[in-house]
Amino acid sequence: MKHYNPMMIQSPSQTVGPYFAQGLLRDGDQVFTNTFISENTEGERIRIEGCVLDAEGRPVEDAMIEIWQANHHGRYNHPLDEQDKPLDPEFMGHGRTSTDVNGKYRFETIKPGSVPGPGNTAQAPHINVIVFARGMLSHAFTRIYFENDSDNRNDPVLMSIEDEAHRNTLIARREETAGVIVYRFDIRFQGENETAFFDA
Amino acid sequence: MILKVKRYGPRDWKVHPPYLYEHYRSTPLRSPRKPLIPLTQTLSELTGPVYGHDAVHPGDSDLTTNAGRGGEAIGERIIVTGRVLEEDGRPVPNTLVEVWQANAAGRYPHKRDQHDAPHDPNFIGAGRCMTNEKGEYQFVSIRPGPYPWGNHYNAWRPSHIHYSLFGHAFVTRLVTQMYFPGDQLLPLDPIYNGIPDEKARQRLIAKFAHDVSDPGRALGYRFDIVLRGREENPFEVRK
Repeated sequence: MKHYNPMMIQSPSQTVGPYFAQGLLRDGDQVFTNTFISENTEGERIRIEGCVLDAEGRPVEDAMIEIWQANHHGRYNHPLDEQDKPLDPEFMGHGRTSTDVNGKYRFETIKPGSVPGPGNTAQAPHINVIVFARGMLSHAFTRIYFENDSDNRNDPVLMSIEDEAHRNTLIARREETAGVIVYRFDIRFQGENETAFFDA
Repeated sequence: MILKVKRYGPRDWKVHPPYLYEHYRSTPLRSPRKPLIPLTQTLSELTGPVYGHDAVHPGDSDLTTNAGRGGEAIGERIIVTGRVLEEDGRPVPNTLVEVWQANAAGRYPHKRDQHDAPHDPNFIGAGRCMTNEKGEYQFVSIRPGPYPWGNHYNAWRPSHIHYSLFGHAFVTRLVTQMYFPGDQLLPLDPIYNGIPDEKARQRLIAKFAHDVSDPGRALGYRFDIVLRGREENPFEVRK
């Protein structure tokens, strides 16, 4: 493979700092939100809920989480995704939120469909995640997979993680409370259960 | 059906700060320690959110007036313009640029900012714009003040403007900061110095650009941002 040798230096990343909400989660903003479904969005309604925790297990109260996902049919709302699957005009697929004083975050969304992987593989339903925080000079990429999805065992990305415990940090646990399907996904920066992060 | 797409080049870790940089004292407890898992880019990484002009309100790129209270922000007026590019120099058109910053006194309107400097009711310190077909963007603002922070004894952040960019894929996402030329606080700042390479650090310092200045009104700066670019050889995905 040809060595990748671009002509310009990438602009380096810097932390979002403690005050990102001022610019990125503005009061009353309809563009960036943690609830990006409408009544007519197709698919199974789910809530993604979790905590961001530091090396000592303490809640991170100033992290920002962004998610990007395919629609119910497994198609991304992006010009490059030309798969022969329907687009859902009621689903854009991107959300942004911050953690609260208890380190908690939450998204109201739908479970995505399966999308193609490398070669002839298919990927299990998953949500792509970026984690930003004060104290993180560069952001971190991870993914949310869904407990009890039979496709997980054939997912090329999950299966590329040899250590089972490390792999399992990517699987959100399903809970059903008061008619709401909740997938719990905690993000741990360090420690025994450090979340699997990608060099995406 | 087979679709041919180009993957993005890797995040250059000679350029981006490592997760653990001890001089910035919030990093030790918030830095992943296990090796990052290599990920072959798929449609999940090659696509990304597309925001259009409907995400931007008219006037939102002028931070001196976008508080909408009828008054003007206090401070030294500046115009910051530049291009968003891929690593091979090609422009990134129609992409959302978000900025936020402290006011002229070095105070953020954010409720967590406890610095004892005055607020400015005519300054919300946040703005948005889209790049045009040539990848160009422009903001009008005031020069942000430096401010003290708790990282170490007598620590001050240099004047800076936070930038948030998407590019055209999930993997081109970038949050960074723009600094001002000649700022004596830069050599003392652990956030800026967390960048491992001198040339890469320079990339975050805007250039004073007198041709951008608006005579009698505002001083000009030019600040280009370079996002990850695409590899030369396309690969195939099922369609």
